[in-house]
Amino acid sequence: MGLQILWFILWGLLWAVYFMLDGFDLGSGILRNFLAKDDTERRIILHSIGPVWDGNEVWLITAGGATFAAFPATYASMFSFLYIPMLIILFSLIGRGVAVEFRNKDERQGWKSLWDWVMMVCSLVASFMFGLVFGNVFRGLSIGANGYEGTFGDLLNYYGLLTGLLFVAMFIVHGMLWVAVKTDGELSERAYKRAGAFWYALLVIAVLFLVANAFATKLYDNFLGHPVWIIVPALAVLCLLAVKLFLARGNDVEAFFASAATIVLVTFTGVIGLYPNLIPSRTDAAFSLTAFNSSSGHYTLTVMTIVAAIFVPIVIVYQILVYRLYRKRITREEVAEGSEFY
Amino acid sequence: MTVEGLSRIQFAVVALFHFLFVPLTLGLSVITAYMETRYVRSGDETFLRMAKFWGRLFIVNFAIGVVTGITLEFQFGMNWAQYSKYVGNIFGAPLAIEATVAFFLESTFIGLWIFSWNRVSKRAHAVIIWFVAFASTLSAVWILIANGWMQRPVGYALQGDKAVLSSFGALIGNKMAWIEVFHTLMASYVLASFFVMGISAFHLLRKHEVYLFTRSFKIGAVLALASSVLVIVGGDLSGVAVAKDQPTKLAAFESQWNTEQHATFYLLTLPDTKKETNYFQAIGIPGGTSFLSYHNFNSTVRGLKSFPANDRPPVMVTFLSFRLMVLLGFLFVLLSILAVVYSQRGTLDKRRWFLRIMPFAIFLPYLASELGWIVTEIGRQPWIVYGLLRTADASSRAISAGDVLASLVGFVVIYSLLAAADLFLLTKYARKVPA
Repeated sequence: MGLQILWFILWGLLWAVYFMLDGFDLGSGILRNFLAKDDTERRIILHSIGPVWDGNEVWLITAGGATFAAFPATYASMFSFLYIPMLIILFSLIGRGVAVEFRNKDERQGWKSLWDWVMMVCSLVASFMFGLVFGNVFRGLSIGANGYEGTFGDLLNYYGLLTGLLFVAMFIVHGMLWVAVKTDGELSERAYKRAGAFWYALLVIAVLFLVANAFATKLYDNFLGHPVWIIVPALAVLCLLAVKLFLARGNDVEAFFASAATIVLVTFTGVIGLYPNLIPSRTDAAFSLTAFNSSSGHYTLTVMTIVAAIFVPIVIVYQILVYRLYRKRITREEVAEGSEFY
Repeated sequence: MTVEGLSRIQFAVVALFHFLFVPLTLGLSVITAYMETRYVRSGDETFLRMAKFWGRLFIVNFAIGVVTGITLEFQFGMNWAQYSKYVGNIFGAPLAIEATVAFFLESTFIGLWIFSWNRVSKRAHAVIIWFVAFASTLSAVWILIANGWMQRPVGYALQGDKAVLSSFGALIGNKMAWIEVFHTLMASYVLASFFVMGISAFHLLRKHEVYLFTRSFKIGAVLALASSVLVIVGGDLSGVAVAKDQPTKLAAFESQWNTEQHATFYLLTLPDTKKETNYFQAIGIPGGTSFLSYHNFNSTVRGLKSFPANDRPPVMVTFLSFRLMVLLGFLFVLLSILAVVYSQRGTLDKRRWFLRIMPFAIFLPYLASELGWIVTEIGRQPWIVYGLLRTADASSRAISAGDVLASLVGFVVIYSLLAAADLFLLTKYARKVPA
């Protein structure tokens, strides 16, 4: 019982951390072509995520692996019921990763433009699809006695599409703040302004999302039943407002961390609203996949808990060390002449 | 075609494609780490330039390995949902552990290695690439523990409609898995050392950087000889393990139709699957198959006909792939011996014919590695988990054949483009004379 709840929380946490980290890779990928004025600026933005994107993506692989190990039935259902969106996410992440690594491996303009284009489209599509998938998980899927009874078309409901837009907007603001923090001079200022402009769009979408939750999902039932948890969405809103506050004051680093917190708290608003479901059924609650009916046995969960308790802290420590090593702002001069840069 | 049939083709495509990149990552990380260590120890700049030259090829290869690896994790849930539900209790754990203990280390430290030549000390930088090599090896161990369990399920109990883990110790101590680890690592070192020798030979023929590429060739040759002998040792261990735990696979390896004591190994033979016999058998070694299976010339080998037809793997594919893989394995030893002799005597420049063959020989270990997986996975059929769960009962129910056909076409198109881009960059960097 206890371990199932623990792994339910970890399940939410792994996805939240993934969105928080890869969110800025994807967000900066979406706007990179429009933000950069020349090839050097494109390289600077690429270089800002170059050393870390791969490590960030492993949080997704871990989220998937943990779902598989701890909640096999949820893993099997999530990936097979949402076959087409998962496939699109997969293709987009493949394109994005290869674009980052290959873009500057040849000097021809056509080669660079090709990967710039691939990176933008793939970042946008992946961001939107993650939102679409999680929106539909929050909303519930048509799971009946024979498994999934819906179609791909059913996933394109207004709430799913809205959540898709929410993710795109969150990641764009997050990505622009990342670029603002990691670069200096004109590029940093431009990214800073874009973050401010997109913040308004994010605010509108976030408000619509909070309202739509009440109509399209049952997420708020848990908050009404246990009002103490309202602190999570409340903090999400506060953090979102804090982003703008910090931006107005010129504190880009603080704004970035507020944006990171917003992403985690938005994800957890959904996760708390779902509990004890991982994927609710819209057809009949009896078919919902929950932390209790879809989990692995006690023994597997115990083994996984021990492994996670030992290794996840180690991972966090060395990832923080790597971020610290690269904490300096990337300058135009060093990228223009350095061979170690993307 | 059915969801199952298309999903099997799709898995074969994505797994075989992914494995084009894995062995070079496993092998070249170690070779690059060794070169950089030599540089730190000796201060000889040649080793630094070697590490940078081979490291750049390593990075290009690594990128595709990473992105195509995610596909495999997604595949189990997307196309093999029934399998995932049935064995997730057991199979999910090594996958999650692989990500937690190995992938994080590997991907974080590769990012560090690429960009920290001037940020950390020489010594620390060499340590970083050893971490990458260690993490790659560790990920191979965990994924093969997962695969080893599909070959020889251990440490589980059946509970209702699923298998649950009962002993983590048995799972990670699975002998089959550790034989696979040994065989795969050695095969990866063969592949990487042929890669290094082939590209070095290309440059030696053109008198580019003769000192640097002669040193590289020597390192490749020594590693190739050691690993090509050990890969055969690993193959022998696998054969014995397969004979004990997967008798249907062994019978298909040898096209052994009838149960026989003192079974003869025929150097030349070809299965006739319709008539359940062989078209011809020539050059027999009496007791050979018995010896290969049980290390005893008089042991009894079970024939395919002693198993119900629906429990036998596809014989022709398994048999031919196995034979060709073994043949290539012996060829690698032969080529490695020549490579060691010529490079140690310093007569490589006089053996231009040998230098001309070696660039083409790069492709052979790739072929052998792919055949190895075909043998392992097709030979296990009709089981997805040997003796426990049939592949026919393992595919997803929520998807249609149309869905899978669409995704299969998508994979083929996207992977072909990736292969083209990768081949373009690898060729470009391989031909470039090091700075």
